[in-house]
Amino acid sequence: MGAFLTLGIISFLYKDNPWYKFCEALFVGISAGYWFCTVFWSQFVAKLWDNIYPTAGQPRQYVYLVGGILGLMMLLRLVPKIGWFSRWPLAFVVGGTAGAYLIGYALSNGMKQVKSTILPLWVSGNLNATVGNIILVVGTFCGLIYFFFSKEQKGTYGKVAKLGIFFLMITFGASFGYTVMARMSLLIGRMDFLFGTWLGLIK
Amino acid sequence: MPFCQKLPGRYIQTNFVWFISFFILSIFPALVFSRDTPQPPTQVQAFDTPSDAGKSITVQWGKSSDDGEGLNNVVLYEVLRSTSPEGEYTKVGDSPRGTTEYVDNSAKDKIPYYYKIRALSKTSFSDSPPGAAVVSSPQWFKKERLNALIVVLVLSLGIIYFIQKASKGKEMFVRKIAAIEAVDEAVGRATEMGKKVYFIPGIYDMDSMQTVAAVTILGHVAKRVAEYEAKLEVPNCYALVMVACRETVKQAYLNAGRPDSYSDDMIYYITQDQFGYTAAVSGLFVREKPAAIFLQGHFFAESLVLAETGNSVGAIQIAGTAQPTQLPFFVAACDYTLIGEELFAASAYLSKNPKLLGSLKGQDLGKLLMMIAIILGSILESLGILHLAKWFTYQ
Repeated sequence: MGAFLTLGIISFLYKDNPWYKFCEALFVGISAGYWFCTVFWSQFVAKLWDNIYPTAGQPRQYVYLVGGILGLMMLLRLVPKIGWFSRWPLAFVVGGTAGAYLIGYALSNGMKQVKSTILPLWVSGNLNATVGNIILVVGTFCGLIYFFFSKEQKGTYGKVAKLGIFFLMITFGASFGYTVMARMSLLIGRMDFLFGTWLGLIK
Repeated sequence: MPFCQKLPGRYIQTNFVWFISFFILSIFPALVFSRDTPQPPTQVQAFDTPSDAGKSITVQWGKSSDDGEGLNNVVLYEVLRSTSPEGEYTKVGDSPRGTTEYVDNSAKDKIPYYYKIRALSKTSFSDSPPGAAVVSSPQWFKKERLNALIVVLVLSLGIIYFIQKASKGKEMFVRKIAAIEAVDEAVGRATEMGKKVYFIPGIYDMDSMQTVAAVTILGHVAKRVAEYEAKLEVPNCYALVMVACRETVKQAYLNAGRPDSYSDDMIYYITQDQFGYTAAVSGLFVREKPAAIFLQGHFFAESLVLAETGNSVGAIQIAGTAQPTQLPFFVAACDYTLIGEELFAASAYLSKNPKLLGSLKGQDLGKLLMMIAIILGSILESLGILHLAKWFTYQ
């Protein structure tokens, strides 16, 4: 079964075909059902029901009803006349997300970045460290210039921004190669399954 | 006359054996092992761990005089805790020799605790006298993060200032973003070819800012699609994202004056599973052969599969994500890519909404301050005048 489905998905590399369509439909159907059950048991039962109706001796935690009510409001979309209620939980999620991430981003993307980039531009007796530090400081500075949206990128300023995008592209190139190698290991894993576990050609 | 001469020889012999046995079993070990008993730790002080969320007490003590000097036989300190000074003390943790502090994270708030420190050698131990009672409690403010508060306040005030400015009608300049300029071209192409436009809002839920930004861009794309009378499809992998997309697209069609063209069926749910979703969307691309594909939001390993499939059917592709590991694939396989923060800036650029424009300007102010800090900090660091990086360290 595993080999049949693996080959079915791989057959997409040749072209779309009924075998792939079957595997795709099976994958989508099973995964949708699986996720419904997972969410039901891990969210509705574990987070809401078990906290409102806990086991003997445990206190009821009514604060979880807030989430339950917001969830119910989402379901009100099924009633067109009061469907607008579903915008409230949506607004709650989006607003809460923005607020929660503000501090995290300010710390990790802001302060940590600055702290890691403040480096001595020359290290006596260590040419490698000196060159490395200069590349880091100049690269980060030029990258920030590229992501500065309040000024048109032309003239000298535009050239600095262009240098910034060069640094980004070099980073992307390295990241591309690294990730391709990781994907190759996934492919090798599947091939090992087909030729080893299934066909027994690899011992 | 000696005392032993009065006693029979057998009696003397028996008692001598008893004496030797008594010495070996009790006095000799006591003599030997008492030399191994370390001196007790001194000055035990316990206090509520500062700037925390409670349930933590820090215990400090003075080292045993046999730790590192004297008999030098201390191998470990044990931290003992009780709820009364004379009560039963139980072990809550241990600390290696040479240390003088332990943080007890198993405390309960509002309960007075007494601590003793036990110095252990290989064969013996000694306890310090108990310290004074201490109670743990949470604090409102974490002093170690004062610098973070200042950064967030400066950023927030900058954003509020620019929002106020934008609200008063002050024109805010935002540089051109090539990928967004290409939206009209992509939708126009789909209209001319009579083919669909696909918008993929990533594989994350609404608790990702990238998804929120993607939904904002969807609003602009949907408006153009409605104006050009093209066809739009938005497959989703999260129910909440689907609802947000439906609301946004519906509003966009309404703004374009074509509410009749809108249908809920344009935006649908597939599955929450990452590769189930990818398999389904890839199949859709190949069968429908869309003219334009927008890949905007939070992507992971499926990014290259989707972008390559879209490329293979000849669609014009505009991608955007802030995932550094996925950007290379989009750059390689798509016609235009919104890189990192461009994804967030695009929402402001497209909507011209004063709040979004103001926040974009506020963020630019933050970046300007960062650039100044980096250059100034690096120069001062090089000259050895000031270690500015320390100021940006937080706990």
